[in-house]
Amino acid sequence: MSNLTYTVIFYIFAAITVFSAAFVVFSRNVIYSAFSLLFTFFGVAALYVFLSADFIAVTQVVVYVGGILVLLLFGVMFTKSIMNTELKSDVLHIIPGTLILAGMLGALLYTFYTTHTWKPSEIQLHGSIVERIGYETMSHYVLPFEMVSILLLAALIGAAFLARFDKPDNKNL
Amino acid sequence: MEHLIPIGLNHYLTISALLLGFGLFAVMTRKNAIVVLMGVELILNAANINFLAFSKYNGGIGGVMFSLFVIVIAAAEAAIALAIVINIFKIFKSVDISSVDTMKE
Repeated sequence: MSNLTYTVIFYIFAAITVFSAAFVVFSRNVIYSAFSLLFTFFGVAALYVFLSADFIAVTQVVVYVGGILVLLLFGVMFTKSIMNTELKSDVLHIIPGTLILAGMLGALLYTFYTTHTWKPSEIQLHGSIVERIGYETMSHYVLPFEMVSILLLAALIGAAFLARFDKPDNKNL
Repeated sequence: MEHLIPIGLNHYLTISALLLGFGLFAVMTRKNAIVVLMGVELILNAANINFLAFSKYNGGIGGVMFSLFVIVIAAAEAAIALAIVINIFKIFKSVDISSVDTMKE
């Protein structure tokens, strides 16, 4: 693949990511925001492939698109009866929000583009890193791996407990 | 224009900064709790892009592992937050976070 083709494909995915993220934020309809978030997650997964993190890209699609987005849509549709009410969401603090958005973006981009101090390493990540992730998970990162599994189990049990349906005659719990 | 053609670290950092700004804007300005959650997810994705970009150009594997853990934590966070939102909806009959002003029924 030539360098120009690579660049064009990168810019296409970057545009998909940024514009769908903007649509998530600025759309007034919650359902539109949720479906636009789908495109954002897919675009970010494509950027992960560009960053030679293919395993993370697949994990992003499986966990975010398959899990978190379905959960968010479930939340949207559970908390609003979709047939009769308008799925609008109002805004507040629009002036401070815009100021923070503009100020932080301006400061970050100014810093990135006026200081030329990034020195990339000689050895960069290339190709597939699935095998390295497997070795690292079972050697250096085995304790965080186990801890995060216990955390996920506890969080999911807690979520199921919090969102359970309690019978009206069971008042003592 | 010629510095735009080879994709470097600044491109990824720019996308990440844009996603962070949009996420923060959603968290600050929206009243619907679920859109606020979407903003938090955008912020987490921005952090992940940063981790992976620095990890690629540094040649190390630490950022990749950390982004994997960030995805797991985001899944746990979304589950808990949705459970809390559903409880708020049961009590207040709305997910408008500016109307949630009591700690106890």
